[in-house]
Amino acid sequence: MDNTNVVDNQFLETKLNISAKRTETLFRILFMIMAALLILPVLIILTTLVVKGGSMLSWDFLFSDPVNGMTEGGIFPALLGTVWLVGVALIISVPVGVAAALYLSEYAPDNWFTRAINLAIINLAGVPSIVHALFGVGAFVIFFGFGTSILAASMTLAVMTLPVVIVATRESLQAVPQAFREACWNMGATRWQTIRRVILPNSVSGILTGVILEVSRTTGETAPIMFTGAAFFIPVLPESVFDQTMALSLHLFVVSTQVPHVPEALPYGVALVLIMMVLLMNSASIALRMHLRGKKKW
Amino acid sequence: MIRSSRQSAGNLPDINQRNAAWYIDKLVQYLVFLSGISAIVLIVGIFIFVTIEGLGFLFEDFSFREFFLSPWWEPTDDDEPTYGILALMAGTASVTGLAMLVAIPFSLGSAIYIAEFATGRKREYLKILIELLAAIPSVVWGFIGLTIMNPLIIDIFDVPVGLNILNAGIILGLMAAPIMTSISEDALKAVPDRYREAAEALGGTRWQVIYKTILPAAKNGLLGGVLLGVGRGFGETMAVLMATGHAINIPGSVFDSVRALTATIAAELGETAVGSPHYQALFTIGIFLFSITFIINLTADLIVRGIRKS
Amino acid sequence: MVTLVEDIANPESAEASSVKLQVRNLAIRYGSTTAISGINLEVRENEIFGIIGPANAGKTSFLKTLNRMNDFSSDMSVDGDIMFEGTNIRDVRNVYALRNRIGVVFPLPVGLPLTIYENVAFVPRLRGISEKAELDVIVERCLTRSALWDEVKDRLDSLGSLLSGGQQQRLTIARALSQEPELLMLDEFSIAVDPVTTMRIEDVLKELKQEMTIILVTNLVQQARRLADRTAFFLEGQCVEIGTTEDLFTGKVKDSRTTDYIEGRFG
Repeated sequence: MDNTNVVDNQFLETKLNISAKRTETLFRILFMIMAALLILPVLIILTTLVVKGGSMLSWDFLFSDPVNGMTEGGIFPALLGTVWLVGVALIISVPVGVAAALYLSEYAPDNWFTRAINLAIINLAGVPSIVHALFGVGAFVIFFGFGTSILAASMTLAVMTLPVVIVATRESLQAVPQAFREACWNMGATRWQTIRRVILPNSVSGILTGVILEVSRTTGETAPIMFTGAAFFIPVLPESVFDQTMALSLHLFVVSTQVPHVPEALPYGVALVLIMMVLLMNSASIALRMHLRGKKKW
Repeated sequence: MIRSSRQSAGNLPDINQRNAAWYIDKLVQYLVFLSGISAIVLIVGIFIFVTIEGLGFLFEDFSFREFFLSPWWEPTDDDEPTYGILALMAGTASVTGLAMLVAIPFSLGSAIYIAEFATGRKREYLKILIELLAAIPSVVWGFIGLTIMNPLIIDIFDVPVGLNILNAGIILGLMAAPIMTSISEDALKAVPDRYREAAEALGGTRWQVIYKTILPAAKNGLLGGVLLGVGRGFGETMAVLMATGHAINIPGSVFDSVRALTATIAAELGETAVGSPHYQALFTIGIFLFSITFIINLTADLIVRGIRKS
Repeated sequence: MVTLVEDIANPESAEASSVKLQVRNLAIRYGSTTAISGINLEVRENEIFGIIGPANAGKTSFLKTLNRMNDFSSDMSVDGDIMFEGTNIRDVRNVYALRNRIGVVFPLPVGLPLTIYENVAFVPRLRGISEKAELDVIVERCLTRSALWDEVKDRLDSLGSLLSGGQQQRLTIARALSQEPELLMLDEFSIAVDPVTTMRIEDVLKELKQEMTIILVTNLVQQARRLADRTAFFLEGQCVEIGTTEDLFTGKVKDSRTTDYIEGRFG
């Protein structure tokens, strides 16, 4: 033991090694600073929003209508509108997304067509949000005749966030070991029986994390709903999916750029509510994922 | 062949008779297939619908020369509307370019730190924070550009306007960094451990191993990550709309205000009459944006997939 | 399509009605690699048919084709005919029913990530049994027969996938029994099971023979000797020898490699 230590020390103490060690430490610290600088803005942004917008937060702010040309009052119609938009988008995208993931994970053969589908999913995720907006206008507002409505806006959002659901669901389906499928097939279960009784029950929480993530993404989107169903200001609450609505994300854009004489704290308050909703849902999704990772089922 | 004395566990299914389960399975198979191809249908649908709306312009007022080479975007000019997107392209390119200058070193550095240096808790927290960074909606980023970055830039650089390339570039860089970090981290982690072990056995320090072995081995994945970041920056709308100053301009410095392609659509679509040349011209910009991001994403995917295979 | 049942493997076999499974000119390839070629054999009703042979003899591939699990491996191609109760399995209209009536036990046990109870109730539920009392009876009977009941009767609602390897294997056997299979195929079932349990399961198999046909693939030649009525010796994808277990183990063989393998000179 002593001997090897002596040999090691001799190695370490050569000049070359000392300078190499220094370089390593230098780079290690440099990279750490870079990572820190990358996450620093999150903290700065949050702090600023809380400091400047925190005073706005109250039940009254959340649950009353904007008044005086949106320079006073609350954000209730926008909040409710966001719930409408996200809710309808989910109703459309979750079934389609989960089914698409089921196809890709459980049925699709490994061939060029499946690769084309995967490519389409990746590209769909990369289409600029404003192009989704144009699609929404061309397809849902005009061609399908939904007009500017919650339905058209939600469908646009659903198209846009579909890849999120598909990718998350596919991942949690594929986390279920193949051996379970084969065991079921060997007993004469059909693919669907296998999925329903074994695969889905064991991946539903993973799918849920993906859905929460989608809700978060959908909540923050602005461009896709601007011309498809969300309006700057509407004095009445929506009653059906064919009505237009206000939305929180668009409301932030409106009060911070389009409306004159808005008190400084108001847009901060709106931004704070929006970012809190989004971060809360993201944190929930992360927490659920961590919890699942710690739970052993096989 | 009659089975005898069998305790019944339900009806034994007949191998020559299709039962409800068989038909349900087939039905589900068709249903999920329909959903499965939805992504393809939608991609094609997006292209078709955006093209249809822009078609009138493409056939009538569109001039390739004017569209791509004229810096004048004056669709509302009563006498002679011009539809040149050169300045808008310059706006998009300058903001995206600066964003990449910000994002590439930072996301690469963070990825190296996370993949090669950080361990345990620290690594988990870092990843979570970067994930939260990715979650901030673009309209909030735009708001940050307006309210935090704008006065900051005016103060620090003593310029009259803080809504400019610098502002939007930094914001876009921060927005693109999370995805670039996570793709780069994946690429670094995809390098097999035996590379590290072999290089360390030869007496290299961690940094030497990273620099000489791991980075070269991961370079395709890193490139793919950068490309995806470029695609994000290219297509970003709200943040760019709010933070660039929205002035049609071929920029001479980072302190110039510009206007991006995406922002132009977002700002003007609401004010145009459906079917008017202006409206159709905006859709034509949409086709252009769609095509460019499609190519970028396709290339990025091919590169990233390439490394996963090998 | 040949429908005439010819008895190639064993001309002096009993009447055709007692033949459960007949395999003719079976060949299996993975891509360009041949796993099995020219297999001809028959398995009779209510016998334990042993298959022995060294690794890579094609035993597992052979079993996979019998219940058409090869459908799921796109790189696996199968030629030849397998007649199950007079139907060519390639032509069955409901392949799930075919698998449902054939029980399989693999070397590595797979307890499904369901409760122990639901693991065993899985097939009965597929067959439409939903009454608790009825299921209770089936679950207890199958677990008892697979020598697992005493160990798990107090925790039937814990996860089957978290049992020990030996317990999972017995759970797998219980699941196979819940299918009330006409044909039970066991592929080196004792790898993950301790010797005492192995002996208990072997006793169960001897009993089960009254009710079903059993194909026992094993790497333990002595296990084949203890259990099998007839035994086939697979070597490098060929069926080298097939005969009564007694003949094989007393040296009445056509191919000397059989005796060499049985006596441990290779493999």
